[in-house]
Amino acid sequence: MRPRTIHHVAVHVFKESVRDRVLYSVVLFAALLMTSAFLIAQLTAGQDLKIIKDIGLTAISVFGLFIAIFIGVALVSKEVEKRSIYALLAKPVRRQELIAGKFAGLALTLAVNVAIMSAVFFVVLAYYHWIEPENFKRVWEAPAVDPRLLIPIFLIYLQLLIVTAIALFFSTFASPLLAAAFTLGLWVAGHFSADLKALDEVVEAPVASALGTVLYYVLPNLSAFDVKALVVHGRPVAAGLVAINALYAAAFIGVLLIGATLIFARRDFK
Amino acid sequence: MVIRTDALTKDFTAGFWRPRPYRALDALTFDVKPGEIFGLLGPNGAGKSTTLKLLLQLLFPSSGRAEILGRPAGDVDARRRLGYLPEHPYFYEYLTAEELLEYFGRLFGLDPAARRARASALLDEVGIGAERRLPLRKFSKGMLQRVGLAQAMLNEPELLILDEPMSGLDPIGRRDVRTLIMRLHGEGRTILFSSHILSDAETLCSRVAILAKGRLAAAGPMRELLSEHVRGWEILVRGLDDAGRGVLAAQGLSAVPVPDGVWQILLPATARPEPVIASLASAGASLVSAEPQLETLEDMFVRRIASAAGGRIGEAN
Repeated sequence: MRPRTIHHVAVHVFKESVRDRVLYSVVLFAALLMTSAFLIAQLTAGQDLKIIKDIGLTAISVFGLFIAIFIGVALVSKEVEKRSIYALLAKPVRRQELIAGKFAGLALTLAVNVAIMSAVFFVVLAYYHWIEPENFKRVWEAPAVDPRLLIPIFLIYLQLLIVTAIALFFSTFASPLLAAAFTLGLWVAGHFSADLKALDEVVEAPVASALGTVLYYVLPNLSAFDVKALVVHGRPVAAGLVAINALYAAAFIGVLLIGATLIFARRDFK
Repeated sequence: MVIRTDALTKDFTAGFWRPRPYRALDALTFDVKPGEIFGLLGPNGAGKSTTLKLLLQLLFPSSGRAEILGRPAGDVDARRRLGYLPEHPYFYEYLTAEELLEYFGRLFGLDPAARRARASALLDEVGIGAERRLPLRKFSKGMLQRVGLAQAMLNEPELLILDEPMSGLDPIGRRDVRTLIMRLHGEGRTILFSSHILSDAETLCSRVAILAKGRLAAAGPMRELLSEHVRGWEILVRGLDDAGRGVLAAQGLSAVPVPDGVWQILLPATARPEPVIASLASAGASLVSAEPQLETLEDMFVRRIASAAGGRIGEAN
């Protein structure tokens, strides 16, 4: 694999993604939701800052998920469907370089979008900090503009990279609709996969319990990336947890990209 | 050889619940020599695009092998030295024509100055003017075809593989593409193109292969393929009088006057011209010319396709 070729493909994906109007709508909608969180918080007593943080982090996660799935499944399948892949693969580009470049391009797109949404989030929090009286601030479990919020944002980003790799994997052989459905399904299952490990505590059938254990190891464990509650309540997040999650994400993405490459390398383009 | 295939075969499966094999290309063997314009002809569904895609490894063969520029099909180094225009090309709709060539230029490893200069010159050559700064989604089919030709020439390829290069073009566009292909040929480049427009092939190709239902129906130099089937003879004579016309009538023939006092006599392919010429000479007529009536590419194409379809031409289409 040649890094230069991967870089060119990635830059192209980024350029094409940032020109997609859907992307702007998603980011705008996320910003609106974060701003409205400020209004919702006005209606609650005492929990307002936690609600703003909770809604803000959830908005970054959910709208990031939209981008990861809808652009992720389109990365390869749109090239095939629209037949732009013919001219591209006639160039000196290896198929594995194309997959790696597509992933890198969308990772960059997601990074920029998560950064923009995070910036809006911090602006909302800074405004809240500015308007709230000092006696209210004394009861906060954590400051409004809390740099520790970057930890859940980083973990959300890792989660989105896993979702992107899943979407890319499915898009190498399935139609865009099916790939989106499979990816969304895995995302939902990934948030409950921890429960599968504990299936033997509630189910007596050994087969079901064994199946639960297998699925636990196969499905992405996305719930492990969710540290929102800890940070919102001002509790510390262990550095080890972040490191393990980062390693887990790298391994999971690596396996998915190898799988996507193996499928894509032998695919016929009729 | 620039291209060589050996018993290249491709099977697809059709149907979801009960997939059945379908042979799109059956043991195709042909080669393309350096510097020639080679035409891959055939009706729709004959296997032309399948062949080109196998050469570029957009498809993998079920059996057989293909070599391109001395390397196995799909080799990245070979792809550096070739240009490809897909059938009905489609490119990224958010990019402009300039940006598309810029992107592909990067993939070829061209430096920024060379990329810009080459893109500009090529877009000029294919007739894309100020539109080059518009997104490609605003381009018509014919304009996309022109951009497709420009991207195929970006790396100054030794070999150009053009899938239906005249498709979607108006008569002026087709003439421009013909001129372009002749120019590229003049520069010593090898061109393999597929087409079902026979007049283009007749004008451009030195050799052709005709495909029908995935099989090779005929292949060879255009001149040889057309001369192997004589439709009849045309004899032109001067000074043909009533006696001469009587001699012809006795042989079941007739003469038609053409300008300048010349008479035209058409013989069927089954008759030999020599006895007729001798009898006309004895009747006082002087021979102007006697030429075999060769079939046109269209005649030959229809005959070969019909023969491949067991005499039912509709089946081949």
